[in-house]
Amino acid sequence: MDYKHISQQFNEELEDVKNKVLIMGGLVETNVQNAITALVEGNIELGERVVKEDYKVNALEVSIDEQCMQIIARRQPTASDLRLVMMIVKTITDIERIGDEAEKIARMAIELADMERPKNQYSEIQHLGDHVRKMLHDALDAFARTDVEAALHCAAEDEKIDAEYEAAMRQMITLMMEDTRNVKRVLNTIWSARSLERIGDHAKNVCEYVIYMVKGRDVRHTTIEQMQVEALGK
Amino acid sequence: MSKEVLTHGIDRSILSSGGQAMKLENEDICINVNDLKLSYGEKEALHGINLPIPRKRVTAFIGPSGCGKSTLLRCFNRMNDLVDKVKIDGEIQIDGENIYHPDIDVSALRRRVGMVFQRPNPFPKSIYENVAYGLRLQGIKQRHILDEAVEQSLKGAALWNEVKDRLHESALGLSGGQQQRLVIARAIAIKPEVLLLDEPASALDPISTLKIEELIYELKSEYTIVIVTHNMQQAARVSDYTAFMYMGDLIEFGATDSLFTNPTEKQTEDYITGRYG
Repeated sequence: MDYKHISQQFNEELEDVKNKVLIMGGLVETNVQNAITALVEGNIELGERVVKEDYKVNALEVSIDEQCMQIIARRQPTASDLRLVMMIVKTITDIERIGDEAEKIARMAIELADMERPKNQYSEIQHLGDHVRKMLHDALDAFARTDVEAALHCAAEDEKIDAEYEAAMRQMITLMMEDTRNVKRVLNTIWSARSLERIGDHAKNVCEYVIYMVKGRDVRHTTIEQMQVEALGK
Repeated sequence: MSKEVLTHGIDRSILSSGGQAMKLENEDICINVNDLKLSYGEKEALHGINLPIPRKRVTAFIGPSGCGKSTLLRCFNRMNDLVDKVKIDGEIQIDGENIYHPDIDVSALRRRVGMVFQRPNPFPKSIYENVAYGLRLQGIKQRHILDEAVEQSLKGAALWNEVKDRLHESALGLSGGQQQRLVIARAIAIKPEVLLLDEPASALDPISTLKIEELIYELKSEYTIVIVTHNMQQAARVSDYTAFMYMGDLIEFGATDSLFTNPTEKQTEDYITGRYG
């Protein structure tokens, strides 16, 4: 895609829609970051901001969707252009869901802020959150640079995040068994961890779309090893 | 999400195009082009084309003007023989028989390989006589055979309902789209094996174009169809296989499904997406 279309306008339309996806991604990244901080630091105001900001993400989803429809109807894109448009339509669905998960975490943060803080100061959420945030950032970066290797690398992180989530779950179950007064707080923490884990899944989907866009290979529902074979021919 | 989902393999063969993905290796090949070279005087227009054309499928040739797609199409019924100073090397086999062999009867070949051109060219005769023309040339005189053939051909060309009450009126009174379908009816009246369509819809309005495309879809159950078109979306809509040609070379040939979503060659990608280098 280093070459330009004969139709300058078509170039601009594709560039524009791609940029909007990146703006949407950036917005969601900030919301995820703020939601985690709000929870870990018990910052109600920050949590409320995330809840309030989510409408922007939704509005961008609708607008990008509309723009893609227009491109398909008016330009009848083919080959890599078609794959780009299709992947954008899918990508924004995943990004929007990530936005929803961030909002859920923010709501948990608001509830948790009024409760007694745990001894570990939500270090499991902080840790898992950092990991997920990095993964989301890398997925969006792979999209921006249409970088298959980066997408593969990033997708592989999801298994680590799943493992980390399982470990955090075990830890939190123990906490609930130790003292039933912890149950309400720990349950909220579990929901938040669950949301972070889901964000990892959505980020992985974005990576898969990047591979589809660049290589024309559909690598959904395969193992990481199969993905590498498909994407790199190794 | 969980590892179970990740390791669950999916049999991808069941996913593609409802299980009927076009694969060249499963096709019965009707026309085989072997190292075909063609020059007009000094200028070589086709530089050694190799191409298998599957039977009872629609194969589209696309490419910019002057890439040789029409020239190649015209080789299939030896229309290029009529052009001065044409020199042809290599061979084209139809059902295993080299049509450039000196013993080939060119008239018989053209009965087997019908052709339709860009501009509809009905004869200045009645609708009926246009369709019956080829049969009369073959010496068929019996009225009931001709009637039957005319009706079948016009039905085959999806024109019967529109003209059945005015079969003996002049064909020139039909609209462009109807004329083009009439010409297709004339071509299929003599039961050819192959139909060559050279930009059959480029002079037609969008609705007539869609009718022709629908007709092409119907006709492929009986004929091997090769179509040249400038309209890439048309190639994408009607064909099973697409060949992309550029400057007298065949750049890429493959199932239309994959050629328009994920072409192998960069030149194909640039052409179908409308890019320049």
